[in-house]
Amino acid sequence: MIDPVQPPRRKNPLLRTRLPASPPRPRSRTSHGFTRAAAEGRFVLQRCEACGAFAYPAREACPACLSAGLSFVDAPRRGVLLAETTARVPSDVYFRERAPWRIGLVKMDCGPTMVAHLHADCVEGAPIVMSFQLDKSGQAVAFARPEEETPNMADDRQWREMTADPKFRRVLVTNGRSVIGQEAVAALKAAGAKTVFVGVAEPWRPFAGEQLLRGQQGIEVVTLDVSDEKSAADLAADIGGKVDILVNTTEYVRPGGLLDRRGTSIARDEIDQAYLGFINLAQAFGPAMRMRGADGVSSSAAWVNILSVHALANWPAFGAYSASQAACLSLSHCLRAELRPGGVKVMNLFTGPVDTEWFQTVPPPKVAPRAVAQAIVSALRGGLEEIYVGDVAEEIRQRLAANPKALERELDK
Amino acid sequence: MTNSLRTPYDGIVMAAPVTIPYARYSIESAQWWIGRALSALVARAGIRVSDIDGLCVSSFTMGNDSGIGLTQHFGLCVRWLDTIPLGGASAIAALRKAARAVQAHDADIVACVAGDTNHVDSFRQTLESFSRFNQDAVYPYGAGGANASFALIARNYMRTFGVTREDVGKIAVAQRANALRNPHALMKTPLTIEQYLAARPISDPIHLFDCVMPCAGAEAFLVMRDETAASLGLPAARLLSTIERHNAFADDPMQVRGGWAMDVGELYAMAGVKPDDLDIVQTYDDYPVITMMQFEDLGFCNKGEGAAFVRQHDLTIDGDFPHNTSGGQLSAGQAGAAGAYLGLVEGLRQVLGEAGPTQVKNAKLGLAAGFGMINYDRGLASGAAIFAGPAR
Repeated sequence: MIDPVQPPRRKNPLLRTRLPASPPRPRSRTSHGFTRAAAEGRFVLQRCEACGAFAYPAREACPACLSAGLSFVDAPRRGVLLAETTARVPSDVYFRERAPWRIGLVKMDCGPTMVAHLHADCVEGAPIVMSFQLDKSGQAVAFARPEEETPNMADDRQWREMTADPKFRRVLVTNGRSVIGQEAVAALKAAGAKTVFVGVAEPWRPFAGEQLLRGQQGIEVVTLDVSDEKSAADLAADIGGKVDILVNTTEYVRPGGLLDRRGTSIARDEIDQAYLGFINLAQAFGPAMRMRGADGVSSSAAWVNILSVHALANWPAFGAYSASQAACLSLSHCLRAELRPGGVKVMNLFTGPVDTEWFQTVPPPKVAPRAVAQAIVSALRGGLEEIYVGDVAEEIRQRLAANPKALERELDK
Repeated sequence: MTNSLRTPYDGIVMAAPVTIPYARYSIESAQWWIGRALSALVARAGIRVSDIDGLCVSSFTMGNDSGIGLTQHFGLCVRWLDTIPLGGASAIAALRKAARAVQAHDADIVACVAGDTNHVDSFRQTLESFSRFNQDAVYPYGAGGANASFALIARNYMRTFGVTREDVGKIAVAQRANALRNPHALMKTPLTIEQYLAARPISDPIHLFDCVMPCAGAEAFLVMRDETAASLGLPAARLLSTIERHNAFADDPMQVRGGWAMDVGELYAMAGVKPDDLDIVQTYDDYPVITMMQFEDLGFCNKGEGAAFVRQHDLTIDGDFPHNTSGGQLSAGQAGAAGAYLGLVEGLRQVLGEAGPTQVKNAKLGLAAGFGMINYDRGLASGAAIFAGPAR
């Protein structure tokens, strides 16, 4: 049983902030089959198409029959912990700073044995449940947890290294005027965030739901217009060192594509708000977040983007908007690489049309803003990188994998 | 015992055991250490460099070089060449190949040599780039290196067979006693069982004195036919039998035995001797628990009786079971791939009567074993050789 994680004490500004280190990063190309699964929270192993045997670590041929037909498939997660050890004098900086570090060898019910990071409640000889998690270098690692829920399970020290749990962390939600932003604030507070800063542009202008934010314990309304470089920089100068999780809820949805619009003024607004806004936020808050990746219980941990699933496949009815989202998606990969040395995760939530005014004419199913907010929290708790929220997003993910051309034709209607 | 169909090593001998004294850290390269070993081989055997017509080399730290680069580096013109990257099994594997080469007259004098340097950061670099499985699926898990991997094996083995730390510690303590008589051993202070038990944990149940000290050094010997040795006037040890096995018992969920267990019958049958006949035994002691496993797998006792065997025997030079007489890697140091050679080279000195302060009286028949390459969850490579001095 593990003790609950304690809220961090007030930081002594005179002490040096520990700089982040990364766990070992090199992997074979084939091994990134696990990275892909971990990004979505799936558990996969290689399975031989010829003889059905499961294999681990990543191989180029089946050890049972030498077939090259090894594919990554969803695999049973259960296994038994055979033996454990506690590394007390690791040879690299990341683990040395975090020693003692507990690992074990697990015999999976489906065959392979796996070296895994251990949750503190794992016991030798007892069943465990395996997952792949993304570690602080962004690579997939096997993590074994007890089969049954145990007290304070998510507070495990090694588990918290793999995740970005909002508990006791300080979060900036960038747009408090939107329903998604307001729901995100509520969900993050409920998940134990210490403080939720919520950005509001032109705060003298009243907006619906304002009473949910103002005067609430642990919620601070701050002035932020993401499309304004100076506004983002001013806010970062004020709270940049206290933002552990940034949730970019910037939302600028307008219908239309190319031929039925005149000129570029709407497209410019879309780019200003979504794309340049992203750049302003990244330049203002990214450097400090990258520095604070190992800053104790409330280290910086994650950057969350809410993107339209049409960033992945253009929807001509909202064609220019889709393109602005695709630009943001591409930029998120750049940000992920640049935040990686700090161990800060970049998470993209892909949603279908949300139940808000700008999608008024779109038929259901639409995603409830609350579902997006809940997905943010569960992505942070699970340390995920790619999350598809709602049926439309999940369907587009699958159709894209099956046949991108079919999807392109069918989105044109 | 198994009847061996293999060609006997009739007339194949080993000579000129050479150790270049170890250093904890060295600013020299692996090539420098290997060069010193070759030079010592030539001096010890009283031959010219040009008499060496076969070369077999093992090293972790010689960068992009393999054996071929070394021929030009050292001015060797050989007609038989091998590079063996089998870690702790390299010496036995080198010996087996060299023996068959000289037996077939593909070569007359093969120099088997292993050497490694140890710069301040080279051990960590070896750990992180050891193998693909290690890179993908072991090193990112706590970066404990071999200590963590063998800790898992040791923990399972000790629990399964009721082995205590005292049992394992007795091996390390005896080897330290032996090392105190070896002027070249890096460890120069006595070790008591109390000190062993009180040592700081490294990766439970592995504690400090279960671990070898990485260092720089080199080891070498020559393989030839007995008529060559006679013409050179070189004292030589006859090779009686060898075994080698890789990735044995892959279905064992955890390693409780090495590949020796698969071939041990043949080892003794080919040599025509019994375990009791051996005067000295040199196991591969990267961790004492692996030595205990070898006592079982090499036929000195049954599986699960290793601890009782250690309790019942005195493993020191003057004891009833002289073992790892130079102090082994645990107390002499682990000079990379030369660690594979340490036991075999010391064993040769013993049966040739050349071991000096560590000499076991009347040592005539010896066994040396190798073990190596913890690629993922277990040591993959194992081997052993039995050899006899001129007195037998």
